Amino acid sequence: MSKRDYSLFGPDAKRAVESGLTAAEWYHTEVPRKVMKDLMARSDAPAIRDTIILYGSMIVLAGIGIALWPTLWSAPFWLAYGVLYGSASDARWHECGHGTAFKTPWMNDWVYQIASFMIMRNSATWRWSHARHHSETYLVGRDPEIAVMRPPEVAKLVLNFFGILDVIAFFPRILKNAISGPTPEERTYVPQSEWGKVQRVAIVHVSIYAATLALAVWMQSILPLMVIGLPRMYGAWHHVMTGLLQHGGLADNVVDHRLNSRTVYMNPVSRFIYWNMNYHVEHHMFPMVPYHALPRLHEVIKADLPPPNRSIAEAFREMWPAIKRQVMNEDYYVRRDLPPTAKPYREDFHQYVPGMMPTAAAE
Amino acid sequence: MPWIDACSTTDIDEEDLIRWDHAGQTFAIYHSPDGDFFATAGLCTHENVHLCDGLVMGNLIECPKHNGQFDYRTGEAMRAPVCVNLKTYPVKVDGDRVFVEVA
Repeated sequence: MSKRDYSLFGPDAKRAVESGLTAAEWYHTEVPRKVMKDLMARSDAPAIRDTIILYGSMIVLAGIGIALWPTLWSAPFWLAYGVLYGSASDARWHECGHGTAFKTPWMNDWVYQIASFMIMRNSATWRWSHARHHSETYLVGRDPEIAVMRPPEVAKLVLNFFGILDVIAFFPRILKNAISGPTPEERTYVPQSEWGKVQRVAIVHVSIYAATLALAVWMQSILPLMVIGLPRMYGAWHHVMTGLLQHGGLADNVVDHRLNSRTVYMNPVSRFIYWNMNYHVEHHMFPMVPYHALPRLHEVIKADLPPPNRSIAEAFREMWPAIKRQVMNEDYYVRRDLPPTAKPYREDFHQYVPGMMPTAAAE
Repeated sequence: MPWIDACSTTDIDEEDLIRWDHAGQTFAIYHSPDGDFFATAGLCTHENVHLCDGLVMGNLIECPKHNGQFDYRTGEAMRAPVCVNLKTYPVKVDGDRVFVEVA
């Protein structure tokens, strides 16, 4: 059984480069150029509509929460506000970071900055880590955004449903960024030309949190923190729930997104919060397709993909036992059968990839 | 520098591009919305992804992998994560043929 080292400076990182894994070409389903151009076409309308709904709902819910504060009647409004703040912001950060949500660049940039603040990520750092996540998805030692490292630490996964570990990690890091720019690890994927921006963004974030905290002390109430900061914890559960499903329990160190990513059919509310990232195989295979076109892309290429999970619950029933098995055997992963219409997985390439178990042992 | 016959003007839709390989190098040839033709290096300067699968929007080409953007007329890097400009090549149209001056 192999032992994974997720450090970006570790032996697995070195091995991934030396074995040619990082330079390998990823599998793509063939899509006619005209169809793909149509799918990639940008539009402002869907994202403007969704952004008005999102921010409008947040203002109304927070307003009612403040009006009913500190009675228990305010609780449901805070819980709903929290999910929009602490989970929908993750999807906005993601899609606007790709620059595909809106057609107009400044709209992408503004929503990206606001969402980065709410989800507690340095907007100038995370853009680059996410680029690496797309280049080298779940390559051990190379991808800085692996949510479930093996062997999984289940207690940590559970704690993060309340954002606890993310928030604990965020504040020392943003303070370091504000004082001295990117950390040594961040400097492995953030170009030097951007280091000043990392520091400037961090100063803005730290200033807003300091002002909010000062207001809370002056008011002798946590109410300001219920609006800014705490919803990243009490509203995180939805983005953690959907985020774990993206790659959890699936293969690592492969160059085929059908093996390491998961598409899950979801209810319309979760799809609004998650901005259609439930079509995750499709998103990784064609990241230039905007969120609003992913359902159409899914219809175009689904014959070449493993069948999607039918619901969040069904996906968890597949993923959670796999994560538990990985606690004892970190080489275990779920391998889904492809439909007869699909091109086969590239066994010849994946068999010798470090960390990948032999095909016969997988399920 | 030699002018190389690369393709026909009808091979590329307006506001689109094609890949063109020549002498061990890969290039991208663009047909702008104004009807003009341009040529650049074929790989993104960020991570060597072929630009031919990307999206042309006006005078910009967007890389299909990380959504970095270049102005294909000048090669200027316009949107992160691309930071390094794209090499451009002179293009001329003679009749219905597109010629690229390859360095």
